[in-house]
Amino acid sequence: MKIYVSRDSAAKAFGADEVAEALQEEIVARGLRAEVIRTGSRGMVWLEPLVEIDAGRGRMAYGPVSAEEVPALLDGNIDSLGLTEEIPFFARQTRLTFARCGLTDPLSLADYEAHGGLAGLRRALELSAEAIVDEVKTSGLRGRGGAGFPTGIKWDTVRMAHADQKYIVCNADEGDSGTFADRMIMEGDPFTLIEGMVIAGLGTGATRGYVYTRSEYPDAIEVMEEAVQIARAAGVLGPDVLGSGRAFDMEIRMGAGAYVCGEETSLLNSLEGKRGVVRAKPPLPALEGFLGRPTVVNNVISLATVPVIFEKGAAFYAEFGLGRSKGTIPIQIAGNVAHGGLFETAFGMPLGTLVNDIGGGTASGRPVKAVQIGGPLGAYFGQEKFDTPFGYEDFDVQGGLIGHAGLVVFDDSADMMKMARFAMEFCAVESCGKCTPCRIGAVRGVETLDRIAAGDGAAVELLTDLCETMKDGSLCALGGFTPYPVLSALETFPEEFAGTREAAE
Amino acid sequence: MDPQPTAEEIREILGKHLHLEGPLLPILHDLQDTFGYLPQEAVPQIAGALNLSVAEVTGVISFYHDFRKAPAGRHVLKLCRAEACQSMGSDALADRVLSLLGVDWHGTTTDGRITVEPVYCLGLCACAPAAMLDGRVHGALTEAKATKILEALA
Repeated sequence: MKIYVSRDSAAKAFGADEVAEALQEEIVARGLRAEVIRTGSRGMVWLEPLVEIDAGRGRMAYGPVSAEEVPALLDGNIDSLGLTEEIPFFARQTRLTFARCGLTDPLSLADYEAHGGLAGLRRALELSAEAIVDEVKTSGLRGRGGAGFPTGIKWDTVRMAHADQKYIVCNADEGDSGTFADRMIMEGDPFTLIEGMVIAGLGTGATRGYVYTRSEYPDAIEVMEEAVQIARAAGVLGPDVLGSGRAFDMEIRMGAGAYVCGEETSLLNSLEGKRGVVRAKPPLPALEGFLGRPTVVNNVISLATVPVIFEKGAAFYAEFGLGRSKGTIPIQIAGNVAHGGLFETAFGMPLGTLVNDIGGGTASGRPVKAVQIGGPLGAYFGQEKFDTPFGYEDFDVQGGLIGHAGLVVFDDSADMMKMARFAMEFCAVESCGKCTPCRIGAVRGVETLDRIAAGDGAAVELLTDLCETMKDGSLCALGGFTPYPVLSALETFPEEFAGTREAAE
Repeated sequence: MDPQPTAEEIREILGKHLHLEGPLLPILHDLQDTFGYLPQEAVPQIAGALNLSVAEVTGVISFYHDFRKAPAGRHVLKLCRAEACQSMGSDALADRVLSLLGVDWHGTTTDGRITVEPVYCLGLCACAPAAMLDGRVHGALTEAKATKILEALA
């Protein structure tokens, strides 16, 4: 008998470690022939700690299971949710990037290979750099960090640049509230990120890579560091990748709690050991990136999706999706939601389906008021925009952005002016200080919202004007996109900004 | 209180990272992990080793929220204040926890037991409100759960 318990942070946050320990103790006490295997997360966070028992007829799911319930579970006195992969939330997904996450032991390279791992890299090793880049172009993969820039074109720029050293930098500085896909894949299937980075290196001529991640993610860092060591020992990384004579090696680096370091040029400065101040573009990082050398900066999910594109072919991947948003997107459903978690699906599912049908509405049971999409710089959409299909262009048309595909659901108790003020306050705290619209604008934004809250309705026009200045004049997305949550809250819920409310909250 | 770090100890930590590309952040993290804060006397030594000015190193330290100039309490509680946690009532929860401990954000209890810090997202947005205590994560936090966890601390 095999028993699977997730080691993902979200499972641990609900006591998965204690459940696994209790299982181990009971197995010994009862003299059972059973093995406890720690996996990544299946992404159904509301069921964590999820325990899966395979007694020969597939993985039966039980959850949430507490440590105290373990004896009853082993006695057969807890009802099963059925086969994990038949739970509707799971069954309705198209898992390409997250195919192995939750299924395998994240630190078993043998497990990884048994489930399709390294097949993509082996294929890439047979191809020229140009053919590798062409494959990524054909797949239609676009930057999953939020900007949606075509990954293949970025790689091609680096490929054609001349330099003695090029770099692959993985942006794992996942600071957006409502997003956790990077963390989940790093904790649950780290080899796919490593494999993706090696393929990026082969395609561009880069031989060194860095994963820049957050100090807030100690579990992900631990798993990634161990995975890098395992990959190096197995010859997946090093001077002779899988015996090909080609070199690629990488390191894990940790940020220090600055949100702006998720912006690629600020990240590069931080990685170099400088203040995480944004650089003006041009020069593009693809030409003058880390230490002034040509550098691919890609999000975790972009890189982690590369292996499956090479394993199954670009044409296979490009068949999924909607218009120019090709492939699948791991959507993170979070906040005040009944069924929160990670839902990977082809682009195109309407927002309302994700929130109400997949997510099951609010956790509080109250009506959904708004959804913030794409983190602290993302717009708030009300119910009237729930028909919007999940795609880069579709959200853009509606005045929003998909960002890193995190949805934060709010019920009708949400105070939208308070949320708008928080957006400005957050920008003021996290601004790197380089450009004036962001550094000063965010502070003035907080003050202007306080004036509105105190009853000064005339300040609304000033706020709108300030937001336009920040949008047009900021150097990066922090100052440039903070107006999204502010203006969308104002436009969708103008009555809350009418200036008649009391200042006291 | 722990004795002041010696120049020798600092040199030893520096030596572990000087071969890296961009060694400053790894050095600062290692120093803080070792001593619990960034000792001021390490700054000229770091500057010398990396051929930077003291002002440049100081500028880097002050840029990042993680680095502290003085030791924290014996335990560090990080409460998430980002939007997903707010949607599940993290503001009210934080108010209760702070008043329970008698501290403000970044404050340490008078007995030196707990320091409370804000954090903007732990990636636990589907199990909000979330917190991290000494590197261990906690989800779906309530006042009762938080009280129980904090009371168990030495």
